[in-house]
Amino acid sequence: MWLTLFLRTMEQGLAFGLLALGVYLTFRILDFPDLTVEGSFPLGAAITAQAIVLGTNPFLATFLAFLAGAMAGMITGVINTKLRIAGLLAGILTMTSLYSINLRIMGRSNIPLLREETIITILKDWNLNPRYITLISFVLIVFLIKFILDYFLYTEIGMAIRATGDNPVMIESLGVNTDYVKIMGLALANGLVALSGGLVAQYQGFTDIGMGIGMIVIGLASVIIGEVVIRTSRIPLATFGVIIGSIIYRMAIAIALQLGFAPTDLKVVTAVLVILALGAPSLRRFMIQDEFAEHLMEGGNSDAGNR
Amino acid sequence: MLEIVNLHKVFNYGKVNQNYALRGIELSVSRGDFITIIGSNGAGKSTLLNMVAGTYPPEIGRINIGPTDVTNWSVHKRAYLVGRVFQDPLKGTASEMTIEENLSMAGKRGKKRGLRPGLNQRQRVSFKELLAKLELGLENRLESPVKLLSGGQRQALTLLMATLGAPKVLLLDEHTAALDPKTAIQIMEITEQVVAEHELTVLMVTHDLKQALSLGNRTIMMDKGKIILDLRGEEREKTTVPGLLKMFTEKSGHELTDDRVLLSK
Repeated sequence: MWLTLFLRTMEQGLAFGLLALGVYLTFRILDFPDLTVEGSFPLGAAITAQAIVLGTNPFLATFLAFLAGAMAGMITGVINTKLRIAGLLAGILTMTSLYSINLRIMGRSNIPLLREETIITILKDWNLNPRYITLISFVLIVFLIKFILDYFLYTEIGMAIRATGDNPVMIESLGVNTDYVKIMGLALANGLVALSGGLVAQYQGFTDIGMGIGMIVIGLASVIIGEVVIRTSRIPLATFGVIIGSIIYRMAIAIALQLGFAPTDLKVVTAVLVILALGAPSLRRFMIQDEFAEHLMEGGNSDAGNR
Repeated sequence: MLEIVNLHKVFNYGKVNQNYALRGIELSVSRGDFITIIGSNGAGKSTLLNMVAGTYPPEIGRINIGPTDVTNWSVHKRAYLVGRVFQDPLKGTASEMTIEENLSMAGKRGKKRGLRPGLNQRQRVSFKELLAKLELGLENRLESPVKLLSGGQRQALTLLMATLGAPKVLLLDEHTAALDPKTAIQIMEITEQVVAEHELTVLMVTHDLKQALSLGNRTIMMDKGKIILDLRGEEREKTTVPGLLKMFTEKSGHELTDDRVLLSK
């Protein structure tokens, strides 16, 4: 039973790992707080589920999810760069519209996939090693995408994307249209997020209209955990850390559930985790000041004593 | 090389904080000119450089670089014509990226960027040679993130980057003002070196009047959005710092006031 739980947790971590890679791309590389994710994740799931129900090949259906997500990202990018609406709001606007669009795509609020042919059932039908085949395939898929992303970020365009997040004034003065670069980065990121949504839908066997809620925080939590585990400025290591972060996050959640937390409490647990992690530097400063104040109060100021 | 005709710029037109920054600038720059620009606070020196770089379009007027009318071109479109170094050393480089990555991005100034790897071995060798000329030891730190460099080192790197990809015009906006005196001298030496090497056409804003006269071949003085004096040739050679200050007061009707202006050294 423990082995199964462990396997399931790893698989989930990998499937959500693509979401985390997308969030890493916007938040860390592009320095763009992109909330489109909350809409593009269920968009990917909705497209995949509906396409599969309509008889599309599940691999093609999953690829369609990527394309749809990329389009959602582009829309946020255009709203932000061409209409000069703040990035945060641009994402919220796309995300809100996507709620309606996702319902239109699905036609109802929930699509079960249990009796459909999905990537997972195809893999299991190969009968190679039914127990581990999902895990192995997820590792292959996620790491293949990771390596492509790593390569991409070191190409000429990839460097322009990184520089746009780092110093937009500078890269513009070197001849890069930062608007296009942002749109491209957002498209790629949301493509990955939607791909993640498509995989998760097939993995859990259904798509639900509400499955995007809290995805941005889950993605961020994974990115931050990854950064704590692997401190690096090298992209291949950082993306590896993000995937590991996603797996550790799923393990933490599994443990929390075993400890008796209600599944509905997990969102607040995750949010508190992210607040603590992001607020750590400020919290630490408070504590150091307090310690220093106590130190002074006790009259143990060695500097004063020496004078 | 650079032709500026009747250039006007107004910020916040029609609002309380309206600012008429440039009022009909006329400037004709020949190839290889090194022009130093001085003037009071708010004279429009930085605005003029920003206009040449394309940061914002003018209300009226025209800017030509070489034979090309670039008046309404965006910053990135005219990037292949203009290299630039800002006052703030942090502005010219991407801090999280390595020295070699920054140089490689500068090497592609204004060129099409594709899915080729951004760096190759041949570039690394040439970057090493370029950096060695600065004599700052940067040639051994190609893979260090730029954020680990000092302000002076970053400014030297920015200078190098601004001249890569052969721009027609180099803009220097008080690029040594944020550095300590010793580093400032060093960066100025590097500036003269790269300008001579690439035979660049330069516009340099400075608040150091002595430097304004000693560097380059032409000095222009700005006040309230206008060019009030254009010194060159013999007349410029004969001018001293006190003479320059006197000329300024005569032409503008008030004294040169700049918080940071260095009157004499």
